[in-house]
Amino acid sequence: MKKARPRYWSSFFLLFVLLALLVVWNINAGSVSLSGAEILRILFSPSDGSTEFGIVRTLRLPRICAAVILGGGLSVSGFLLQTFFANPIAGPFVLGISSGAKLVVSLVMISLLSRGLAASSAALIGAAFVGAMLSMGFILLISQRVKRMSMLVVCGVMIGYICSAVTDFAVTFAEDSNIVNLHNWSMGSFSGIYWDSVAVMAAVVGIAMAMAFFLSKPIGAYQMGEVYAQNMGVNIRAFRLALILLSSVLSACVTAFAGPISFVGIAVPHLVKSLFRTAKPLLIIPACFFGGAVFCLFCDLIARTAFAPTEVSISSVTAVFGAPVVIYMMVFQRGKNL
Amino acid sequence: MQDALYTENLAVGYSGQVLIEDICLHLRRGEIMTLIGPNGSGKSTILRSVIRQISPIRGAVYLDGRPMDRMTALETAKRLSVLMTDRVHPELMTCRDVTATGRYPYTGKLGLLTAEDWEKVDEALALVHGEDLADRDFSQISDGQRQRILLARAICQEPEVIVLDEPTSFLDIRYKLELLSILKDMVRRRGLAVLMSLHELDLAQKISDRVACVHNHAIERCGPPEEIFSGGYILELYDAVRGSYNPDFGCLELESPGGAPRVFVIGGGGSGIALYRRLQRQGIPFAAGVLHKNDLDYPVAQALASKVVFEQAFAPIGDEAFRRAADMLDSCEKVLCPLSGFGPMNEKNLLLKELAERAGKLA
Repeated sequence: MKKARPRYWSSFFLLFVLLALLVVWNINAGSVSLSGAEILRILFSPSDGSTEFGIVRTLRLPRICAAVILGGGLSVSGFLLQTFFANPIAGPFVLGISSGAKLVVSLVMISLLSRGLAASSAALIGAAFVGAMLSMGFILLISQRVKRMSMLVVCGVMIGYICSAVTDFAVTFAEDSNIVNLHNWSMGSFSGIYWDSVAVMAAVVGIAMAMAFFLSKPIGAYQMGEVYAQNMGVNIRAFRLALILLSSVLSACVTAFAGPISFVGIAVPHLVKSLFRTAKPLLIIPACFFGGAVFCLFCDLIARTAFAPTEVSISSVTAVFGAPVVIYMMVFQRGKNL
Repeated sequence: MQDALYTENLAVGYSGQVLIEDICLHLRRGEIMTLIGPNGSGKSTILRSVIRQISPIRGAVYLDGRPMDRMTALETAKRLSVLMTDRVHPELMTCRDVTATGRYPYTGKLGLLTAEDWEKVDEALALVHGEDLADRDFSQISDGQRQRILLARAICQEPEVIVLDEPTSFLDIRYKLELLSILKDMVRRRGLAVLMSLHELDLAQKISDRVACVHNHAIERCGPPEEIFSGGYILELYDAVRGSYNPDFGCLELESPGGAPRVFVIGGGGSGIALYRRLQRQGIPFAAGVLHKNDLDYPVAQALASKVVFEQAFAPIGDEAFRRAADMLDSCEKVLCPLSGFGPMNEKNLLLKELAERAGKLA
């Protein structure tokens, strides 16, 4: 911590540059391309009613904001789970938490849609939180019996499959015109997000992020193991509960708006820690947020443009870039109880 | 002076099952108390209950005169630090970072260390001779170095009491001695109180001010080492029926081969020890003589030989002892004489050697 300050600043600087670059690129990329001057004009002047203006202000910008907020929240959620399970390959997706949230959200959406009601953001987040907590409960039960961390992850993946299967049943049998969106969502996507949703997710993720940041101190202690953390004066019970709730809220919020997004929660914290060469939560929690934002913006850019006009699900893209990182970690992690 | 830590009728165990009860330990400042006892007797359980990692079944632990269960985790942290057997795998942390975690209870909301805190970290590292390790990755140093860094961590928490669970296990002899010397030094200089468990009886005997023996679901005995390590108690404590333990030297000997002696060893002054042990290994019953009761060879011969012919301390070997030795030598097939120095006290041993030579038994 003492001597490595320049590295931290330059790493943060790198993340900011990447973020800024990707934001501009994302505004620009798509069926309608814009020049730099046009982008500036659209961003900083009042509406002129043009099509370009509409595309950027109502489609691309909220989507970018969502990718930043949700990507950041998802990576922080992963970091919290890795701390909790003392396992570098724990994450909301592999532990089945995202899928649990997806299941409950789709059940709620289907039952509301069949009565002709639209689900509010709050209802979606609530449903996602319930689903996330259900999966989390299962994982906690299993973790008391299974000591090997790799087995825990395998169990999490199984829970994920079960939840996805039930979701697929529900979506298939509830097929009607409103469900098309639901199908896209259940594969994971940042499309169809507007400013009102962005406001809600910013509030939820913002509060959860602030709380996670102020947990930096006990998280740092917990990285030394439970026994030492307790001896350092951490109230273990309250702390563990806070970790569970925060990581569930974050991944629930992401799932509610963008569906399940794979591997971001594992790959980003690992990449960020390698970049900063530290695991200090005080640095890594904000760094994870920016890292996750960069990663998701990048993946969303590919999802939107690689096979345009067809859009690929965001989860497919994050898997392509995230899964190799996870495999690398599993092969090269030394001395860990995997 | 008030005890730094004491327990009152403490009963400990797992899931409601009492493993050890009526534990009344009184730990004074500037003192090292060591728990010894057989595997599974519950030394770790006691330590884990004292540090509140598991909750006691009955009774209470008092730290600094106050019951620990009424203190907050932070209040406890400023008075008690630990070095346990749990493996730690901190990610991407240098040894200095690991040591710095000891400052946790003294930092603010975000856990940032002040310059003064870092000074204390470096001070603690210097105490364990860990300055060279400070910037190395904690996961890439040896077990011995890791224990030293964790001790530095415990020290820079500035506690009044340090609890250590088998701090010397897995360490080679150099690191064992080093770790315990550092600990002893800390206790003397800072008036710390130390409660620990040790497997190595010889070390426990030398470093402890008091020793508590965990056996038969209780603290069977508690007292200064000279009291505990006397008589045959240690063998009793460990239910050891084979072999013997010499409490003066903390030295273990294997079981004597037993049976009628086939070899007679004329030893003394330490010359016979290696030979006794070799005969024991080869399973050859032997007799040893004539040894003074204060001879270096005497306790080892007592432990390993079938018969020992001895003379009282500081007296020249008398006729009676000589006769007994000669008789025994007669009944043996072979005589070995590792002894080369003869003087007024043991000149009869020279006679024995000549006797054996004449009988053609001397090898």
